[in-house]
Amino acid sequence: MADAATAASFPHRHLLGIEGLSPDEITLLLDRSESYVEQNRQADKKKAILNGRTIINLFFEASTRTRTSFELAGKRLGGDVINMSVSDSSIKKGETLIDTAMTLNAMHPDVLVIRHPDSGAAMLLSEKVNCAVINAGDGSHEHPTQALLDALTIRRRKGGITGLRVAICGDISHSRVARSNIHLLNIMGARVRLIAPRTLVPSAAERLGVEVFHDMIEGLKDCDIVMMLRLQRERMHANFFPSIREYFHFFGLDYEKLAAAKPDAFIMHPGPMNRGVEIDSEVADDIGRSAIREQVEMGVAVRMACLEILADNLPLTEGG
Amino acid sequence: MGVRSEQPPGVVAYVNARLLDPASGLDDTGTLIADGEVIADLGPDVKAPKGAARVDCGGHCLAPGLVDMRVQLREPGEEHKGTLASAGRAATSGGITTMVALPNTHPVVDDMSVLEFIARRARKLGLTKVYPYGALTKGLEGKELAEIGMLAEAGALAFTDGIKGVADSQVLRQALSYAATFGLLVVEHAEDPSLAADGVMNAGETATRLGLAGIPREAEIIMVERDVRLAELTGCRLHFAHLSTADAIDVVRRAKARSLGITCDTAPPYFALNETAVGDYRTFAKLSPPLRDETDRQAVVEGLKDGTIDAIASDHAPHDEDAKRLPFAQAAFGGVGLETLLAVSLELYHNGQMTLLDVLKRLTSGPADVLGLSTGRLAKGGPADLVIFDPEKAWKVDADDLLSKSKNSPFDGRPVQGKVLQTVIDGRTVFRAEE
Repeated sequence: MADAATAASFPHRHLLGIEGLSPDEITLLLDRSESYVEQNRQADKKKAILNGRTIINLFFEASTRTRTSFELAGKRLGGDVINMSVSDSSIKKGETLIDTAMTLNAMHPDVLVIRHPDSGAAMLLSEKVNCAVINAGDGSHEHPTQALLDALTIRRRKGGITGLRVAICGDISHSRVARSNIHLLNIMGARVRLIAPRTLVPSAAERLGVEVFHDMIEGLKDCDIVMMLRLQRERMHANFFPSIREYFHFFGLDYEKLAAAKPDAFIMHPGPMNRGVEIDSEVADDIGRSAIREQVEMGVAVRMACLEILADNLPLTEGG
Repeated sequence: MGVRSEQPPGVVAYVNARLLDPASGLDDTGTLIADGEVIADLGPDVKAPKGAARVDCGGHCLAPGLVDMRVQLREPGEEHKGTLASAGRAATSGGITTMVALPNTHPVVDDMSVLEFIARRARKLGLTKVYPYGALTKGLEGKELAEIGMLAEAGALAFTDGIKGVADSQVLRQALSYAATFGLLVVEHAEDPSLAADGVMNAGETATRLGLAGIPREAEIIMVERDVRLAELTGCRLHFAHLSTADAIDVVRRAKARSLGITCDTAPPYFALNETAVGDYRTFAKLSPPLRDETDRQAVVEGLKDGTIDAIASDHAPHDEDAKRLPFAQAAFGGVGLETLLAVSLELYHNGQMTLLDVLKRLTSGPADVLGLSTGRLAKGGPADLVIFDPEKAWKVDADDLLSKSKNSPFDGRPVQGKVLQTVIDGRTVFRAEE
């Protein structure tokens, strides 16, 4: 099952983040994902590549959509998929994670997909297990498969990624989606702008290779793509912004602000959306301008590609 | 005396005036021509046009109307202490043509509707122009951000929690960061509330002898030091209100040397009085921040002289008798100041400490520039907001004679020099001194 060609072009045991990947590696993942898009639209969506492989989805954070996406991806490749949700109340910092990992490791999974509220949890896990680890979102750090499905969505609509102006808008500070996307878009040669109040832009953000704007209309000028991030209402109580209505007035995406972007600019959102907070309902549902549903479709294809490529790199026997 | 009923009177020539405009450095005898609401021309060689009404300034000073950047108007909510109307009359008699009102009314100016109420009422009165500060935090409680962006769009000039500083560092940090998003100015009353605690006057010998709890000067200094750090971290412009201590002024001096976007003001009590003014428990001398010792007072004068202090604001805080006629510890903090702002400030000129133009700068273009207002200067095309005054005319401050509804002046009984003869706003005469 080990593919020498794959191992050579994607020489990684895990997919923990986008930072550090090369343009060729990302292109390989996108190309492989592309082939699964068609397959997912057929009546028979199955391809038995992962027959006999065990995939465990270890989710320490509630998530129906991402977990379902990974579950479908694993099953459509013929793998045995187990879902494990560890509730918040049983999380003690680090200890339960390692305990759980060691226990699972003894059951010989081939791939562990982990989502955890702490940044760095995926890396910590990867050091303790023998199988491949996919990061499905660790704290505010990275969410690589989200960035890949976003990139696939963009590539299919625009024919490429290089040179495009992409605005990422909203709570950048707390967003792993923003960080993964910033890395990926920069690696692929796009131009990234962040649009948010100063309180939601992390320190030294420019050092990540982005332009920061606090005026949304200024920031959206000539943009090809507008990526909206979900704003958690709880942030209001920690004074990141004073009220929903003020946030929406200055930083919510509505038609008036969207008009500053290119006429054929389209909107993306990792979901779930907070209508009337970061995005106007009408705009979100405008099929002419929104790529949000496509993103979800691309998600399954991308996760199939990641599972396939990482499984390819697994030795035939442990220690092999 | 100053009622809005008249149209601006066509063309008016103010002749035989000593023209003083700190913004341009003009100090020369000449003529100023007002056409309707604006200044049409001014200068030593300007001639009054035929048919224009003439006002003979008798050689007296003609300067931009004063800009008072710190006033508590008490309306809405505490009209027994003061109203927009009584403040307007007091202000125009003091040569003040623009004032900026703190948001600590009832209700607080943390909502657009209150802001619009005040602006509308002031416009109707047609006296001193009133600009509002917006609340920095909701209810001025120092916990949750107010809707600063929308308040700015509705006309708030800058943001402050009024007579309180923001105690929690993270709250202030978030507030400064958020305000910097829109390039807005934050104004701080720099006093650490936990250090000030139940203090009622400056900690020191006088407080000790009188048996009054003291507020250490460190309450101001530490807050200024902290706030400057946070302003630097967040890139927000920050202005300190009524600084009273040498060390705090020095922090601002160093911050300015590093181009940090920090400004400050002081009020007349802090350069004209010291803590001995409390005397025998005189509650008119109970102020916040408290009157300091002589060393600090002299440092305030130095700060004004070398330009570290950008503005002199009245810090007008009206209180009725009930609030002041109490044992010192129970009396309210604050003094009125609209009618004494000019005369007491002129002491710096009469004492030879500053030039007349420099003193006026702290009262006109200095505060206007801090707030981004185009007023506070004599400029062609600018609003005809003027004050004609005799800097030499002696008078005595008498609390009972004040036009202000409240009479709590720390300068009660003080002989001063400098009388306003006429005040003009948008070309209309709103105050004329009795002969």
